[in-house]
Amino acid sequence: MEKILPLSELPTGQWGRVISLNARGMIRYRLLDLGLVPDTTVQAVRRGPLGDPIVYRIRGALIALRREEAGQVLVTPL
Amino acid sequence: MNQRNGVSCVSGLNTAPPEASTGAAGENCPLEIRDRIVRTIYREAEAIAARAVRRDRPCGSWENKVDDLLTSRLLGFPLMFLLLGAAFWVTLVGANYPSQLLAKALFWGEGRLAELLTWLGAPSWLHGLLVTGVYRTVAWVVAVMLPPMAIFFTVFALLEDLGYLPRVAFNIDPLFKMAGTQGKQALTMSMGFGCNAAGVMACRIIESPRERLIAMLTNVFVPCNGRFPTLIALASIFAGPAAGPFAATLTVAGLVLVGMLITLLASWLLSRTILRGEPATFILELPPLRPPQPVRVLVRSLLDRTLFVLARAVTVAAPAGALIWLLAGTSLEGQSLLARGAGLLDPLGRAMGMDGFILLAFILGLPANEIVLPILLMGYLSTGTLVEVESLAALQNILVGEHGWTWLTALCTMLFSLLHFPCGTTLLVIHRETGGIKWAVLGALIPLAAGCLTCLAVAQGVRALGLL
Amino acid sequence: MPQATDLRKMFNIQPDPEAALVALAGNPNTGKSTIFNALTGLRQHTGNWPGKTVLQARGTFIFRGHKYILVDLPGTYSLLANSAEEIVARNFLCFARPDATVVVADATCLERNLNLVLQVMEITSRVIVCVNLMDEARRKNIFIDTECLARELGVPVVATAARSGQGVAELKAGIDDLVRGRIVPTPRRLVYDPEIEDALTRVEQQIPGEIKELFNARWLAMRILDNDRSTLDNIRQYLEPAEWGVLRERFKYCPT
Repeated sequence: MEKILPLSELPTGQWGRVISLNARGMIRYRLLDLGLVPDTTVQAVRRGPLGDPIVYRIRGALIALRREEAGQVLVTPL
Repeated sequence: MNQRNGVSCVSGLNTAPPEASTGAAGENCPLEIRDRIVRTIYREAEAIAARAVRRDRPCGSWENKVDDLLTSRLLGFPLMFLLLGAAFWVTLVGANYPSQLLAKALFWGEGRLAELLTWLGAPSWLHGLLVTGVYRTVAWVVAVMLPPMAIFFTVFALLEDLGYLPRVAFNIDPLFKMAGTQGKQALTMSMGFGCNAAGVMACRIIESPRERLIAMLTNVFVPCNGRFPTLIALASIFAGPAAGPFAATLTVAGLVLVGMLITLLASWLLSRTILRGEPATFILELPPLRPPQPVRVLVRSLLDRTLFVLARAVTVAAPAGALIWLLAGTSLEGQSLLARGAGLLDPLGRAMGMDGFILLAFILGLPANEIVLPILLMGYLSTGTLVEVESLAALQNILVGEHGWTWLTALCTMLFSLLHFPCGTTLLVIHRETGGIKWAVLGALIPLAAGCLTCLAVAQGVRALGLL
Repeated sequence: MPQATDLRKMFNIQPDPEAALVALAGNPNTGKSTIFNALTGLRQHTGNWPGKTVLQARGTFIFRGHKYILVDLPGTYSLLANSAEEIVARNFLCFARPDATVVVADATCLERNLNLVLQVMEITSRVIVCVNLMDEARRKNIFIDTECLARELGVPVVATAARSGQGVAELKAGIDDLVRGRIVPTPRRLVYDPEIEDALTRVEQQIPGEIKELFNARWLAMRILDNDRSTLDNIRQYLEPAEWGVLRERFKYCPT
């Protein structure tokens, strides 16, 4: 059984593979447009000085997401 | 489960002729289909990129290291303030000399213009209106504004070119989130340093209408380029003599900090009252850091921003100069209209730590903040025209020597300059962007209320405590 | 059926029979405005898109004696999510029907940018891809095989480093070739999973012929399947009621 956790809990520096999205409506569309579809690999790059948001490397781009949004993406650590 | 629903959706939704349609196309279906669309597109993109893109070992990227530094837990915030402070310091120190030079040149030009008018045999009222009204005001605005603006815009454009500003939005986002908005507001504020009208326009990058409105209404709490010269001049006079440009820089930076705190506070209040709501989604792309290209940046910031803002300021200053010359020159029962207006406002001005002339200058400065200080001097000197104020020492003599300014007057004037209604252009832009007069009115009233309350509190507090 | 020039007027594009209309699309931060400036120089105007607080930049340039009107679309990652910017960009491609569309892509993260390229290619076949920031990619040891990319996509590809002006002349030549019909792109068709493909075919068959002349029918069928209200509402806004009526009748679509 693979370990599954919200993207917001992925430790900094680590890569993960997207399993599914929990978000609905516009947020889901936004996350999809970033390329967060199942099987995409994502890296948690760094945390902001106040701990949140977190920068992720998604398909070569650096994207900052808050805990609320990143928490709706489920990943399995690689 | 989901997959099965999706199947039935696709086959049931909209594809059959109406009579056969089950009509059960639920709200969930598009979600499922959209997922599959996007997935297919990205799969295709991956496949194409795999064939067309070759990546060699990534070179030791300085970008990563700089990025780690700019957003680090320990240094992220100090660096932010340091860079902001450095930008002010460079502007303050660098603008001084060219400003004086420019003033000399422009006032030499005034002499020539006067000679020309005399030679043409122009009547004295025309001479007064054109030379002492229009030309002097414009010359003042250019001399005072152009050098700091050229320097500040360039420094800021360099940071922008590097890609630093999105990092600021990233660092600072939690603070704005607490206030009910988001970090992109910081980007619009940094545009506001140049010009609040541009800052309000920049609010378009904020998607949530509620958060965009809050950012528009609070943008004025960032001192724009039209107000910087006032802040810098007063800070140099009242903080400068003791400790030099460094103390003046600290004063200006402190005021900017106050402006930021009030932005957060006002955003928080708005989020809990007329613009109630929860923070919306925040997705921010951090473009790669790039080594800035100084020459390109310099040319672009001069052409796109400096000249643009300057041209607008001049077009406002010219008619304003004429109007104020008329106000100062028209007497009613032995007193000029300017002086009468100031007299009416004096009690209110005193209560707020200032005087009637200062308040009147702010009111008449509605078209453009750059002309506030010139109007004030015209009023004080009651010659109806600007005198040539070559140096800060002369300015200090007028304010302190002849009109009894104390550090409290200077402080309250600076605070009120930071916290009062935005210029007419900014109000027009708020009106245009929101499509309603209501938000423009609020955009004037909110900062005005903040300014009046702050100045009253400071002035009364200082007096009550006997600090003065 | 509204005339093409009338539709273009709805986007503040004054009809000019001499000039070809070129749209400039792309993700944010790809140097799209640098490309815009490099192509048009100082011959540009800015304003708002009609009815929107979204900046519209237009410019003109002349190449090989032909006049081109270039319209800078707002920077977007997608044409699906329906932000004001995405609606503007999508409507312009659909209803103003530019003679050529340049999609600017960032060479340093091409994969992500291809999302928009592929979406634009579903709406119009007259696409030319401009892979910008080639210098930066080289610095990061990323190499793009533009010939391979052009083969894969089925549309012309031009490599540029607009900050230093590299490739801008080639881009102009590419636009000219596309508009004059010297190049006829055959854009790669996205193939969805069998169920969606099946549904698409069925929907496509029901789209009336006169509407198929205006849009890529497959793309429109996908919007109908996706229940994309914004696109369907805008069809009602830009086209004549009769056509709208047929669409609504066929697909039982109720506007909000």
